[in-house]
Amino acid sequence: MHSFWIIFKQAFLTKARTKSFIATTVIVAAAFFLLANLSNIIDLFDGGSDEAEVLYVLDESGQLTPLLQQQLAAADSPVQAMPTEMSERELREGITEGTIEAYIEFEQAGTLVARYVTESANGMGSGADVEQAVQSMQTVLASGKLGLSQAEVGQLFLPASFEREAVAVSSKSEEELNQARGLVYVLILLIYVAVIYYPNMIAMEVANEKSSRVMEILISSVSPVKHMFAKIAGIGMLGILQMLIFGTAGFFAIKSAGTDLAGGISGVFGFSDLKVSTFLFAFLFFLLGYFLYAVLAALLGSLVSRTEDVQQLMLPMMFLVIIASFIAFSGIAMPEATYVTVASYIPFFAPLVMFLRVGMLDIPLWEPLLSIAIMLVTIGVLGTIGARVYRGGVLMYGPSQSLKDIRKAIRLGDNK
Amino acid sequence: MALKVENATKKFGDFTAVDNLSLEVERGKMYGFLGANGAGKTTTFRMILGLLNQTHGTVTWNGKPITYANSPEIGYLPEERGLYPKMRVEEQLVYLAQLRKMPAVEAKREAHKWLERFEVPHYASKKVEELSKGNQQKIQLIASLIHRPSLLILDEPFSGLDPVNVGMLKSAILDFQKQGATIVFSSHRMDHVEELCDDMSILDHGKVILSGSIRDAKRSFGKHNVRIKMDQDLTGLKEIAGVEAFTKTHDGAVFRISDEAVAQTLLAASMKLGDLRHFAIEEPTLEEIFVAKVGKAHA
Repeated sequence: MHSFWIIFKQAFLTKARTKSFIATTVIVAAAFFLLANLSNIIDLFDGGSDEAEVLYVLDESGQLTPLLQQQLAAADSPVQAMPTEMSERELREGITEGTIEAYIEFEQAGTLVARYVTESANGMGSGADVEQAVQSMQTVLASGKLGLSQAEVGQLFLPASFEREAVAVSSKSEEELNQARGLVYVLILLIYVAVIYYPNMIAMEVANEKSSRVMEILISSVSPVKHMFAKIAGIGMLGILQMLIFGTAGFFAIKSAGTDLAGGISGVFGFSDLKVSTFLFAFLFFLLGYFLYAVLAALLGSLVSRTEDVQQLMLPMMFLVIIASFIAFSGIAMPEATYVTVASYIPFFAPLVMFLRVGMLDIPLWEPLLSIAIMLVTIGVLGTIGARVYRGGVLMYGPSQSLKDIRKAIRLGDNK
Repeated sequence: MALKVENATKKFGDFTAVDNLSLEVERGKMYGFLGANGAGKTTTFRMILGLLNQTHGTVTWNGKPITYANSPEIGYLPEERGLYPKMRVEEQLVYLAQLRKMPAVEAKREAHKWLERFEVPHYASKKVEELSKGNQQKIQLIASLIHRPSLLILDEPFSGLDPVNVGMLKSAILDFQKQGATIVFSSHRMDHVEELCDDMSILDHGKVILSGSIRDAKRSFGKHNVRIKMDQDLTGLKEIAGVEAFTKTHDGAVFRISDEAVAQTLLAASMKLGDLRHFAIEEPTLEEIFVAKVGKAHA
């Protein structure tokens, strides 16, 4: 057991101290803060959004300007309508020179006709505000002509009440689903990155030790199987540490973004209703997925003699992860599809897909437990095969690097 | 007997890498393993180390099979340099020593002691890939014996090194032997084996074609060399019965003779030619024995 911890520590520390690891961790954590505070930061640079934007109004009747002002104020728009005596030519020149942002010209002929002029089509961000205000003006004017009372006009503006309800027992309400969706999406993304990133690290490490021939010294000191699992555990610890840092950074990033976000982004991503069980399952599936793919990666890494060949041999494994991610990401929209259910029991897809189902649906506990059991058995089987391949693979030096070498490696490892 | 290999055979599929090899190394002895490339030296070492299981036969160290339980007693220097290129020297030595069950503090002290001895203490914090080949080999040797193994296995320890470094490594290995370690090393340089070893084996195509003490090997080889230095032309002497080979040198000639009696005939014949400056009967070198034996085996 003693040497297990030495290898474990070594695998963890050498990686944790590398510049690339520290840089990645810091950059991603910083990105979380940046993203969470994005709207604040945009506001900081986009000083104009709080200032009033002046909209000049050409209105011969003189009655429309106050109505427009009223509608804009009601819509909480930063646009301020101002009547002007300038001619249309002067206004156009002003826009070209940049002294005037926009003007609007009204003609009243039965219905309301308005022309909104800015320098370019997207010149003024408040075009939509103005359009809405003019629409409302039209309604007010029309209702005035029809002689409707204030209460009747109010009824005209009343929005319809629209609610969704799902009948299936397992499904969550639409509101719950929306909240879960964002969180599950982010966590699936993290698991996906983790089961690619860390196992890749292992395959590279193993191939490195093999190509530098330090492997011969290592496995003459400790058994290859112990070496393999100590390495997997060490890098796994590294993964847990990094994920914890990311998690903490994400949590504080959202907190730091202030109250604005509580109902904003975090509402959209479902963070306002943080579910402990979702996080626990995410952690569990991250660990299982990591171990599953790490054993596979160690096995593959032990087959190559040069680090350049690692990627080529890892390709089939990468496909498995990518397929799993396709199923998981497409399943976010329809978590109850049959193919999602089936995939959630296939060990190589389960870390992403079963987590998706656990996060999005109210499925009975035995389903994730069954999937976890299947994964554990697979890890056990792969671990046994992996150890056998590894024992021979690490001693095998040759030009050919293909999956056919697995048989050769097992023979070399057993050599009975 | 400390290290005992009995009838070890290693087959890879149809290919027999090592064929029925037996050897015994006494405690505290230095044992040489000679053979051309591909003769089966590395495979034999891997069997001794337990990295490969033998197809038949047994390997024991002090009466016990070599497993991971007694791996701390064993040190190994692989043929191709085996170190982490990007790890610092000291860290690397301590790590490898720890894997052989030496406490970190002690390993650190030993590492510095050895670096001092090899006159490279300033390399402790350098990365291995920054060092020259000779210096890497010093680190490699330290890595193999830092944990004070009682059995040290060195696969081609001197290959590719300059004479100064070879001398330094040789004296370190000899000192280590004096402290009681049993050492087995392979080489295709006969002079190294001749200089350092008590006993040896010559391996060819997986078979031992000669083994025992070097002195016995030379004696049983029977053939000797006669070196004569004189100004006169010695070509005529090669016709004397019992002369098997004749090589002209810049100041005379060397004759290979079938037995020692022929030397007397050569002495008498050469004295008739003129003034003799030098006459010596030399033992055959290991190289000659090797070429004779392996050459024969190939023919």
